[in-house]
Amino acid sequence: MTLPDRLLRRVRRIFFQAIPTVLGIVILNFFLLQFAPGDAADVMAAEAGSATVETMADLRSRFGLDLPVIHQLLNYLNNLAHFSLGYSPRYGMPVAELIGQRLPGTLVLMSAALLFALTIGVVLGSLMAQFSGRLPDRVLSVGSLLFYSVPGFWIGLMLILLFSVKLGWLPSGGDSTIGSNLTGFALLADKARYIVLPALSLSLYYLAIYARLTRAAMLEVKSQDYVRTARAKGVSPLRLVLRHILRNALIPITTLAGMHIGGMLGGAVVVETVFSWPGLGRLAFEAVMARDFSVLLGILLLSSFVVIIVNATVDLLQAWLDPRIGESR
Amino acid sequence: MTALLDVRDFSVAFGASQPVKGVSFTANPGEMLAIVGESGSGKSLTALGLIGLLPRHAKTGGEIRFDGRNLLGQSERDWRKIRGRDIGMIFQEPMTSLNPVLTVGEQITEVLRIHEHVDRKQARQRAVELLELVNIPEARKRVDDYPHQLSGGMRQRVMIAIGVACNPKLLIADEATTALDVTIQAQILQLLDNLRRDLNMAVILITHDLGIVAQWADRVMVMYAGRKVEEGLPEPVFTNPYHPYTRGLLGASPRAESGHHYRQGPLIEIPGSIVSATGEKGCAFRPRCPSAQASCGFAVPPLRQITEDRLAACPFTPTSFVSHVHDASLRS
Repeated sequence: MTLPDRLLRRVRRIFFQAIPTVLGIVILNFFLLQFAPGDAADVMAAEAGSATVETMADLRSRFGLDLPVIHQLLNYLNNLAHFSLGYSPRYGMPVAELIGQRLPGTLVLMSAALLFALTIGVVLGSLMAQFSGRLPDRVLSVGSLLFYSVPGFWIGLMLILLFSVKLGWLPSGGDSTIGSNLTGFALLADKARYIVLPALSLSLYYLAIYARLTRAAMLEVKSQDYVRTARAKGVSPLRLVLRHILRNALIPITTLAGMHIGGMLGGAVVVETVFSWPGLGRLAFEAVMARDFSVLLGILLLSSFVVIIVNATVDLLQAWLDPRIGESR
Repeated sequence: MTALLDVRDFSVAFGASQPVKGVSFTANPGEMLAIVGESGSGKSLTALGLIGLLPRHAKTGGEIRFDGRNLLGQSERDWRKIRGRDIGMIFQEPMTSLNPVLTVGEQITEVLRIHEHVDRKQARQRAVELLELVNIPEARKRVDDYPHQLSGGMRQRVMIAIGVACNPKLLIADEATTALDVTIQAQILQLLDNLRRDLNMAVILITHDLGIVAQWADRVMVMYAGRKVEEGLPEPVFTNPYHPYTRGLLGASPRAESGHHYRQGPLIEIPGSIVSATGEKGCAFRPRCPSAQASCGFAVPPLRQITEDRLAACPFTPTSFVSHVHDASLRS
């Protein structure tokens, strides 16, 4: 079977598996959130400080919170069927719009961090494998262990201290210079300056994981018979590493990176907070505190989509990397 | 005729231990030389030494003269020019010796593209021809297959195609048929035999299967504990073995007519193990030898020229102790 055929078959299968998965996630999340004490009306009333029983009942009926739970769920599903994520009582705007504002920020931060972690991690891991047991390997091992164990927010704070406070090279927070009215390339350069520190502090932990994993995977592949075969063919060292060793070693790394994307989407809260980065993580956190369940459900739904899409991409990537995957089914 | 390969006093050492202790042999163009011996005799290390793939910390000694120049001590860059082009190698495990993520075509064209100035299209055409040469049916379709889509015998054919792709002068087959079942073994050996005749290529067959040696080899060399103990034409070596180790090996090969069967009693074996050779001052085989004398422990017995093309490293004539052999092998 040729490569496009294999890939097409996988895409079809993934699509049909995704529908029940997403539906299950929505319903499960909906009921889970019902367990949380209080609702949006409680929070709003508490913040206003002067709510009467009547105004609270009014709020509840306005947001549909007074309906039976099953009714609320059906309402939500009905909305979803019409491609609407509902309305946020707190922010006073449609959830889709709210998420739409925050999503690009998170995606940019996430992809910058992941890209950096992957490239540098794989390069460092390859170096470690190449020099295994010798000084460069030892130094890099200690370094990666350090980044693996130090929490991201602390790294973030230290980076701010060094690059923003002491050296003054990079901004300490936000995602662009306010009121600068830049366009084109200048705007891009300005945004790039703002993303360096948050992306760096988010990525160092993952970088350490990828470096260590690459090292282990490459050392394992290196002892395989087919590497010896390649050497017996007169393959040069660089080609040996790139074509024969690294390609086989990349398979476990893609699996792990795929899992991390899902985690990063919601797990960037801390870094987003430290750098006041307008992303989804912070929105989700605020939504929890305000019991703004429609926003939270929207974010969870989106996250599940991202995870499913990423998993599918990783599946396809692996089917491309390793022809043995996805052949017999 | 000058020999294509002339190995002189070749040794391999890892720190204090010396698994190959100075072997000398030659191989002529088009000749099939078999190297036999049990695990640990140093035959595979010798083979890896011939292609420069010993572990980095291995210390080598002696000379490997190939086509008139010494390969030992040359740079890694020079080794790479020889590997795959002048000397091809096939390994034991066809299941794991091919890269699982590359098509067989990609793996064959790789060696062509490294050593010969061919473009992608020509290389692919050559790969198809090579697959046809090693008798793979529907070569044009198979060239895009991945190794896991082929059987063990097919994969070993692909390995051979890679090994002979650049018309090497020497092909080393390190236990190349051990992992295959018997009918496939015969096919692969027949193929190697045809190829060496067609391409005038010397083949070094490393094996512990004496049946293969008797049937296919032009010359056989028996190794024990890092040394050559006997060498000659297969016929005389097997009908009239000079060295007690060769006799032991022959005695330990189960044969239909011998009447021994593992259901009736233990199979015949050489008593002891090759480990006993460690630290032995005299003949390495002395601890296991049924006819060892006191003098065997003094010094390593030198290779004696028995007849024109027969060498053996035992000072005693076989007739004097033929009868011991059977007793000894049954003793354990």
